[in-house]
Amino acid sequence: MGNGTALGRVRGLGSAKGGSHHWWLQRVTALGNLILVLWFIISLLRLPSMEHGVVIKWLASPLAAVPMALFIINVFWHFRIGMQVIIEDYVHGGMRVITLGALHIWTFAAGGFALFAIFKIAFTGAPA
Amino acid sequence: MARNNARPLSPHLGIWKPGIHMTLSIVNRVMGAGLATVGVLALVWWLVAASSGAEAYATFMGIATGWTGYVVLIGLTFAFFLHMAMGIRHFVMDMGAGFDLKANRAWAWVTVIVAVVLTGLTWFVILNKGL
Repeated sequence: MGNGTALGRVRGLGSAKGGSHHWWLQRVTALGNLILVLWFIISLLRLPSMEHGVVIKWLASPLAAVPMALFIINVFWHFRIGMQVIIEDYVHGGMRVITLGALHIWTFAAGGFALFAIFKIAFTGAPA
Repeated sequence: MARNNARPLSPHLGIWKPGIHMTLSIVNRVMGAGLATVGVLALVWWLVAASSGAEAYATFMGIATGWTGYVVLIGLTFAFFLHMAMGIRHFVMDMGAGFDLKANRAWAWVTVIVAVVLTGLTWFVILNKGL
């Protein structure tokens, strides 16, 4: 193990042993996305309109609220992995740590708000 | 972590002849990043507005149905369908198929056509009944 070039510093260490799991999760969530995002788009297209009452009534049904929550979790998981790969490719040094931290906060903050909104509508939204 | 900039780099973008497969690989990343930022923002805003009440929802819909809203939403629709088609193409390539140059180029074009057609179909349905 040398200490000159980037390659020299890592040569002989082997892989970090996390790559294939990361890669696999990206594929698994991609498959989930394929189903859930298409479900989401088709569901919206099938609604009579995008008026507030119509959307609330739709989301209040468990058959919409549950897949919607799964859609949020799966999509957010997928983009969390994908954005990490992009950041690791193009952002270096201290900025990488900051950007990865920002990505993490963005994912969980946005995901938290989205899930809360879905559950609020599902539990209080419209009379059954 | 100082890097000696005088050292040679391995061949990169500059030496390759640009092709549709290479362009789409880059575009696919950009689309993914766009969906993860602009797309997520629009989605969360829509959900939070819907759960906050009719007034917040009306504000969202006012912007969504303005011309900037349409540009963003049509862009997001296209970004999703391209990312989806490219993702399916990746599944095939993950199995080790579709790597010879001709097939690879052809399927790259197919993803673009699929994305354009599905975006067109989606918005045809939307505009036919109004947003």
